Amino acid sequence: MDGLFDFIVSKYNYWGYVVLMMIGMYAMIVKKNLVKKIIGMNIFQTAIILFYVSIGAKRDATLPIIAHGHGDAHHAVHAVDYMNPLPHVLMLTAIVVAVATLGVALALTIKIYKQYNTLEEDEINARLRGR
Amino acid sequence: MPLIAAFVATIAGWVNKKYCFAVAALGLTGALTSSVGLLSYVLTHGPVQYRLGGWAPPFGIAYQIDPLNALILVVIAAVALLNLLGTQRSVALEFSEKIGAFYTLYLLFVVGMLGIVSTGDAFNLFVLLEIASITGYALIGMGRDRAPLATLNYIFMGTIGASFYLLGVGYLYLITGSLNMADIAAILPQIYASKVVLFAFIFCMAGLFMKMAFFPVHGWLPNAYAYAPSAAAGLIAPLTTKVMVYAMVRIALFVFKPEFTFEQMGIGEPLVWAAVAAIVMGSLLALAQRQLKKMLAYVIVAEVGYMVGGFWLGNRAGISGAVLHIVNDAAMTLVVFMAAGNLFYRLKGDSFGALKGVFREMPVSMAAFVVGALSIIGVPPTCGFFSKWYLISGAIEAGHYGFVAALLFSSLVNAVLFFRIIEIGYFEPFTHANHHGHHQPPVRRFREVPMSMLVPLLVAAGSLILLGVFSGDLVTKVIHLALPGQIT
Amino acid sequence: MRIFGLLTVLLCGGLLIYHTADFPAWGDPASPASTHLSPYYIEHSIDDTMVPNLVTAVLADYRSYDTMFETVVVFAAGIACFFLLRAAKSKTPESMLYRHIPTGITLRIEKGSKTPPDSADFERIDSVWVPYDLIIKITCRLLVPFIQLFALYVVAHGHHSPGGGFQGGVIFGAALILFALTHNLSNSLKRINEKTSALFAASGVLVYAGTGILCLLLGANFLDYSALAPLLGGDPKMAHSHGILIVEIGVAIAVMAVMVWIYYNLASRGRHDEGL
Repeated sequence: MDGLFDFIVSKYNYWGYVVLMMIGMYAMIVKKNLVKKIIGMNIFQTAIILFYVSIGAKRDATLPIIAHGHGDAHHAVHAVDYMNPLPHVLMLTAIVVAVATLGVALALTIKIYKQYNTLEEDEINARLRGR
Repeated sequence: MPLIAAFVATIAGWVNKKYCFAVAALGLTGALTSSVGLLSYVLTHGPVQYRLGGWAPPFGIAYQIDPLNALILVVIAAVALLNLLGTQRSVALEFSEKIGAFYTLYLLFVVGMLGIVSTGDAFNLFVLLEIASITGYALIGMGRDRAPLATLNYIFMGTIGASFYLLGVGYLYLITGSLNMADIAAILPQIYASKVVLFAFIFCMAGLFMKMAFFPVHGWLPNAYAYAPSAAAGLIAPLTTKVMVYAMVRIALFVFKPEFTFEQMGIGEPLVWAAVAAIVMGSLLALAQRQLKKMLAYVIVAEVGYMVGGFWLGNRAGISGAVLHIVNDAAMTLVVFMAAGNLFYRLKGDSFGALKGVFREMPVSMAAFVVGALSIIGVPPTCGFFSKWYLISGAIEAGHYGFVAALLFSSLVNAVLFFRIIEIGYFEPFTHANHHGHHQPPVRRFREVPMSMLVPLLVAAGSLILLGVFSGDLVTKVIHLALPGQIT
Repeated sequence: MRIFGLLTVLLCGGLLIYHTADFPAWGDPASPASTHLSPYYIEHSIDDTMVPNLVTAVLADYRSYDTMFETVVVFAAGIACFFLLRAAKSKTPESMLYRHIPTGITLRIEKGSKTPPDSADFERIDSVWVPYDLIIKITCRLLVPFIQLFALYVVAHGHHSPGGGFQGGVIFGAALILFALTHNLSNSLKRINEKTSALFAASGVLVYAGTGILCLLLGANFLDYSALAPLLGGDPKMAHSHGILIVEIGVAIAVMAVMVWIYYNLASRGRHDEGL
């Protein structure tokens, strides 16, 4: 029982990202409204961000900002005391990429709306077949 | 080193806003010359590494150039330059008011592609991938008719693909703690047994398969390419899928070792069968199309099947064939899409009905189209034959006769496809839509496109034959040098 | 479709959860991710770059090439939205609404009629957003300068505290968008027009790439800031710190301008006359 509990505690953040990712994927597969699909896409990307950030976590460590940075040059810095900065850096990039994709996707949605006057995928498809 | 410095400077120089065609052309010419220089340098001096920011690789980002990616760099720069020169007029026609934005996106796309090929860092590859995709979405999205909808689907698929790739890189990072490809490759062999490595591999591959429109997930490609503006189609169609195949080769051979990829995974066989399915389905669906560009798009789906299948055969001939086919297919696709763009420029439509009698009206464009078509079919003097030859011999060596059959079948179908078009264009007389009466002398409804569009097309078509003639040299001198020695 | 989607999702999710078993435990200091590369960053970056905020140091120095392309992605998105949406020219609408500010009366003026004089008393307003709310307007007017100031602080203090170019740029852009939301589009276009924002976006990227090229010209590798030492004064390590600041400013400018630019295009569907 104790082992199971440890197992859950040590892994639940990864499960969290899986669940979030699957919610996003479900929205992208099932939803008919294009804006809902875009939201699903965003949730999907956010899940990956959560995953990366949880890689960076370290027990008993603090923010990756070195305390009294400039004061004492001989102040030894121990890697164990600080969280891993690299995933945060990568995710800053990934967030920006996600925002850029979102912008382009929304621009396209507006274009589609102008063209068909609807954002429901089945209605658009019906109209395309109708022609 | 100085060569690479010049190369990187060229990339960086494009990033700013370019408001005219001349600067774009100049930039691409610079890139072409520097990448050709780079290729010859790499061939004589061995692989080079450029450390960005001056940090040593596992900590900083490095560019890693070996014969394989130097070759692809040359291809990308050449394709981009030829297409740029050849489509100047149709760009001016289609986006009269947004030329500046168009060329900026065009250059950024090429920057992204060049970067993907030259980078030695797994995460950097993702960022560059997204640059190429976002600019690609915008370029395709400006097309006519159903283009926005097709592009939105492309965005969904592309984003899932990129996210999967990112997730795969995340797994690799989780398990190795590194992002540099060479560094990961050095660490991985000790932990091949881990399930995480397995899933990292699966995610990377799944992401790249989505991006390259490999068979079960090819849905976004045909509409996106068929409705794209011709200048954009001529750029994106030859490059995107090919560069993704390259990325697959790079990840599978240089991040994971060949032993792992081909022996431990045991997914080579099913993937070759998937490639067989891709080839067969792509060919059959192409047969069902009544629109030139859409048909060509399905042909691309089949071609992706060639490359993926050839690669996963896992022997030297197969992989050489796949890499050679990356080069050849980029050139072939460029030719047929540029020719289709020229037709579209004059005809304002690309359904088969509109093609009647085009040979008389636009003989030169159609001649180039025929060369491209022959190459896709795989007729000897052109380059398509040679890569197919390598692929088939690889398949026979691996004892995979299904793949051989699929290749032959697809050649057959391609022959039917293109001869159908040639027949329509050549033998069926041009008729006006509402039959003005047959006693009238035939009116030249349209003329051949201007010289500025023809010359690049002819150069591209000529390159197909040149590539064919020199393909033996290409394989022995460049590609064999590039593949890791363990592959037999 | 619904069932099929659910099944796919459950299957994928199950697989994903199944293999988490091999993951290192959460927060484990001995996991490979925190023992291979990151100790180097944590222990050396203060000596290498004199920047206490490790995220900033890694972002803008060790992996500055990524960050440059990230800025390029943002720029590309701005251009893409412009390219996709921007309508060539705006048609004159059927009728225009004006508000007489002192009395708060709204005037509808049909096409072709005489428009009110261009004075401080009359203000053109959007046809879909008629209500006039003094409280919101004034409050936001008060808030915007402080948000902008805070954004500048975030950019400038990114070396020592959480923050940096992206965050600051986004906050600055948000301030401008808040202004556009509470007033209207034509008002904010008057302050920062499209050309300015495009120019800012390009120049932000250019600042970044230019720094890289400058390093190249000074004989070091691309984006190796230590080459800047003779220009900036101080030793190579301080030059790293200053170099980071320069590129962060470039990033902030680009992000701010692109946010505003994308907002303009999305809000008005590319017509840039009225919206939200």
